[in-house]
Amino acid sequence: MATLLRENPSKSEENSASRRPFRRRKERKRFQRTHGRTLFLLMLPGLAYFLVFHYGALAGNVIAFKEYVPFDGLWGSPWVGLGNFRRMFEDAEFWDAVLNTLWIAVLQLVFYFPVPLGLALLLHTLTWSTVRRFVQSVAYLPHFVSWVIVVALFQQVLGETGMVNGYLGDAGLHTVDIVGNPDAFRPLVVAQVIWKDAGWGTIIFLAALSQVDEQSYEAAAIDGAGPWRRFWHITLPAIRPVIVLLLIMRLGDILSVGFEQMLLQRDAVGPQTAEVIDTFVYYRGIVGGDYGFAAAAGLFKGLVGALLVYAANRVAHRLGEQGVYR
Amino acid sequence: MSTHVRPGWMEKPRPATQAAKAVALAAVVLLVCVPFLVIVSTSLAAPREVVANGGWVLWPEHPTLEAYRDILDGGIVTHALAVSAGVTLVGTALSLLCTVALAYALSRPGVFGGRPVLLLILFTFLFPPGMIPGFLLVKELDLLGSYGSLVLPVLVNVFNLVVLRGFFQGIPEELYEAARLDGAGDWRALWSIVLPLSKAALAVVGLFYAVAYWNSWFYASLYLESDQWPVQQVLRTYVVAGSGLTDTTTGEATVNAPQTIQMAVLVIATVPILLVYPFLQKYFTKGVLTGAVKS
Repeated sequence: MATLLRENPSKSEENSASRRPFRRRKERKRFQRTHGRTLFLLMLPGLAYFLVFHYGALAGNVIAFKEYVPFDGLWGSPWVGLGNFRRMFEDAEFWDAVLNTLWIAVLQLVFYFPVPLGLALLLHTLTWSTVRRFVQSVAYLPHFVSWVIVVALFQQVLGETGMVNGYLGDAGLHTVDIVGNPDAFRPLVVAQVIWKDAGWGTIIFLAALSQVDEQSYEAAAIDGAGPWRRFWHITLPAIRPVIVLLLIMRLGDILSVGFEQMLLQRDAVGPQTAEVIDTFVYYRGIVGGDYGFAAAAGLFKGLVGALLVYAANRVAHRLGEQGVYR
Repeated sequence: MSTHVRPGWMEKPRPATQAAKAVALAAVVLLVCVPFLVIVSTSLAAPREVVANGGWVLWPEHPTLEAYRDILDGGIVTHALAVSAGVTLVGTALSLLCTVALAYALSRPGVFGGRPVLLLILFTFLFPPGMIPGFLLVKELDLLGSYGSLVLPVLVNVFNLVVLRGFFQGIPEELYEAARLDGAGDWRALWSIVLPLSKAALAVVGLFYAVAYWNSWFYASLYLESDQWPVQQVLRTYVVAGSGLTDTTTGEATVNAPQTIQMAVLVIATVPILLVYPFLQKYFTKGVLTGAVKS
């Protein structure tokens, strides 16, 4: 096991730091001097990680303005200004990928987004807590299995030789062609997302619903408000900020739709249907070696995403909602 | 034991409503469970039975562990399982260590540079660096072909950090005060107050890390040679690509492993998740709730 991970400076720093023995510090003066320093030391390994792997990588985006030459490396490669971006905007395949991404994102927004909300409301109405907890536990589970497993499960159940087609064939009915069929690809990926994450998605709604004071329901009921009016006037206002928050986050993320999910199934249905921006970046950059061009596409996606979050947050503030940040 | 308590003010639902709810709940449970049942059953069935039934069984007639014996016999899958277990254990330990230290420092008032560091970290959430720069960075750092490439680029997760920091901030200030009067410094407070009080949050965050490391395959496909692959990447290659998806990048026709073997690999890759899940799921609501409320 020890050879699995090679030594690395930031790790050994962390190890030696956490094993430093304690000493009882009775003098208050000495405490004040060391306070802050200890905390600062504790902060260092994590801070180093963010500086190297986030800000270092962020700086690596300069490659989007260069033409990557393997021999010269990231910093030695020649500058090409906005050349990569110009190529990207003229590339029909890039726009196909953008369009596919938006298609799937919109389908997810329409068909996936309401599912966790509905499921949470259903779970919330259950008064039998044993049943509720059981269903919750079962529904959360798919969130924790990998996309590889989800895709394999769908193949086994809905594939050409899968369970559903087995039953349909036995019953003398037409078999369905879903897995590997470009026409069925979009509904399939939305169904996969629902299967994997709808249960887990209820958590945030249930958390918001649990904040509602039980007494307000009781008072409303005594005042003669039926279930629908209680839902409209108490339940809905309680979860509205969460809905707005999730919508903003989804909007900011609209240019990324399940990279792993798409990459796993792209080859089965072909790039015309399944190429999204992230897989486009992967195939052009890492597979094709056109790093500068691919990084430009990735940077474009990141900038648009950040801009969208900013804009959506402004709109939310206008509407009197809290949004993602102040 | 009565867990079924309807508040006095709530009207009794109509039978039709109750029936509709029961059907919806049963559908949720079946939709989640049946796919798992199919893969477990198929992996336990005799290969002949699976072929006769067209590639799957819902309940094996003559259960056998043959497929598991085959894949655990020291071949590719056995090695991949060892790799996955090692990366998961070492990665989770390192991630927890760094995340706890950082979250603790950022949860205390007045730490030098605390505020800018927090903003610096939260910004990465809004603007992730992107795939290509991340790949080139790992290359420049000479991590290609090293298991460190699966751990170091994802060492601290911002969401987990925020959850832990929120939990630490919830610890009453009086406890720190009392510890200080007893002469305990920041280390001591971390070990004897913060960590023992945060077991639930640590369990949740530890589980999140462990699941992420266990499930990761993309980085392995980028950075490692095929003889270093963890089990998910092996699964991807031999099961997802083996049953109908042809690999267009190499154009090679893949020879399918028997269905029972494929399903056994699938089950083995899922089992660790199923095993830890029941023990830790009771902490979910609690741990995630604090994080959601704080952020």
